[in-house]
Amino acid sequence: MRSSTPYRAATRPAARHRGDRLFTLAVWAAAGSVAGVFAWLLVDLVTAGAGRLSWSFLVAAPENAGRSGGIGPILVSTLAILAVAIAAALPLGLGTAIWLADFARRGSRAARRVRLALDVLAGVPSIMFGLFGNALFSVWLGLGFSILSGGLTLACMVLPILIRSAEMGLAAVPDDWRRGAAALGLTRAAALWHVILPAAAPALSAGLMLGIGRAMAETAALIFTSGYVDRLPGSLLDSGRALAVHIYELSMNVTGGDGSAYASALVLITLLLVINGLAAQLAERWLGRRITTS
Amino acid sequence: MTRATPPIPPQEATRCVPYTVGDVFEGAPCCEPRPHLEIRDLSVAYGERPVLAGVSLDIPRGCITALIGPSGCGKTSFLSALNRLTDLIAGCRVSGEVRLDGASVFDPAVDPLELRRHVGMIFQRPNPFPLSIRRNLDMPLKEHGVRRRGEREERIEAVLRGVGLWDEVRDRLDAPALGLSGGQQQRLCIARALVLEPDVLLMDEPCSALDPLASAVVEELIRGLAGRRTIVIVTHNLAQARRIANYAAFFWMTERVGKLIEFGQSRKVFDAPTHSLTAAYVSGMSG
Repeated sequence: MRSSTPYRAATRPAARHRGDRLFTLAVWAAAGSVAGVFAWLLVDLVTAGAGRLSWSFLVAAPENAGRSGGIGPILVSTLAILAVAIAAALPLGLGTAIWLADFARRGSRAARRVRLALDVLAGVPSIMFGLFGNALFSVWLGLGFSILSGGLTLACMVLPILIRSAEMGLAAVPDDWRRGAAALGLTRAAALWHVILPAAAPALSAGLMLGIGRAMAETAALIFTSGYVDRLPGSLLDSGRALAVHIYELSMNVTGGDGSAYASALVLITLLLVINGLAAQLAERWLGRRITTS
Repeated sequence: MTRATPPIPPQEATRCVPYTVGDVFEGAPCCEPRPHLEIRDLSVAYGERPVLAGVSLDIPRGCITALIGPSGCGKTSFLSALNRLTDLIAGCRVSGEVRLDGASVFDPAVDPLELRRHVGMIFQRPNPFPLSIRRNLDMPLKEHGVRRRGEREERIEAVLRGVGLWDEVRDRLDAPALGLSGGQQQRLCIARALVLEPDVLLMDEPCSALDPLASAVVEELIRGLAGRRTIVIVTHNLAQARRIANYAAFFWMTERVGKLIEFGQSRKVFDAPTHSLTAAYVSGMSG
């Protein structure tokens, strides 16, 4: 082989090097500005909200429409709604994902339809879910404005994200292991439980995280389902106000509620970070414990 | 299954005494050539595309039967039909007859899971589960109903000794299996199949992903299994087939469909093939 132009060791960096530097700069700038936006948001929240934040703010009931007092009952309602949503969405979502990834024949019409339905659902605005939840759970099933209605509505809303990310995680597990398990005469359930699910644990927990994030931040779907009532709920059939609804209410409808709104937002974002960390740890411990890679 | 005997019994337990592996030039045919697997007119098709047609042969008990031939001539499909792993492939159609110890494996009454426990399989790429070394062996045993922990531990140790892994891993049974070297992983996979005490072991190019040294170790292990297990091995390594096989089956593609061209004692197939295609292939002229 002959090289067409001889190699010259002493050539100066040409124009393409400048182009490369510019490109490097551009990607750094892009990543930097994303981090910057988040930092700005956080700084804004902390400066405006940290002042109102205290232990009593977290446990006390709101007073004067939320201008003073705390968010105790609202935190309880939020966590209750979230718990209902996860309890409903997780088994249903995991089951569907397993069906899509492991049971439906590749490229089957049924699987394609289910996927299409999920993709459409994922793009439906949350206010639609609110109206649907109101019609189905609150009115038709007679659950009224309640934490149960709200949680189930959120479950419907996060199902598409949950399913698609779990399905992708399961599909990424090498078929070698499925074949290996089948060749050993293991049942599908055994292969799933002992090998496939644990191997997909990181993707499953990532999907769960996305779902929780979406559920915690939801306002529109809850206004018509779990309602506005800011008392401490006595049961799942009581109405309860979620944090995001509280923030919306304070900043839109309550003059002089901005301080409390900022403080509540700060609590919400901290809660999100804590729950994410916890869920990641849990998934790691529970599923990933038995999985060991080098 | 409650027997506590090690899965690889000592030498005197072997069924066929005048047994010479390796030296296929002088040795008597291995064992009495009693068929363990009888295959009649086996065809495999994926959708509309046939990959293997009209294969009939008897695989003798306790022997190593090598399947040789170029890539894409249906050897792996043939192997997968024997333990009905073809059931898992969407659109795969298998016709013909495979009898294991005289009983049809395609009989609807046959439980494929139980069949696969008796007909183990080793794949080209080592596929230990991403679990610890111990759990790779423990989990299948548990799933197949070996309840007593002590028995499982005995069988695990025996089978790891059998594949020559025990001394290498005895101190790190709870370490990840994926941390083992490629050759060790493949031996662990063989141990995982053996721990269920199968009668037949199907091997799909078990050495082709390994370096020469690891490959030699695995090859030695396969030789040592003959006489006690019936082994069907796909290999592209003709020298290996020559070294270890008692019988050889040569597959070739004719009109884009895999066919069995020649089957017989390995030394005959390699040194005095009756078919010109076989002669050309084993001498390295084609394929």
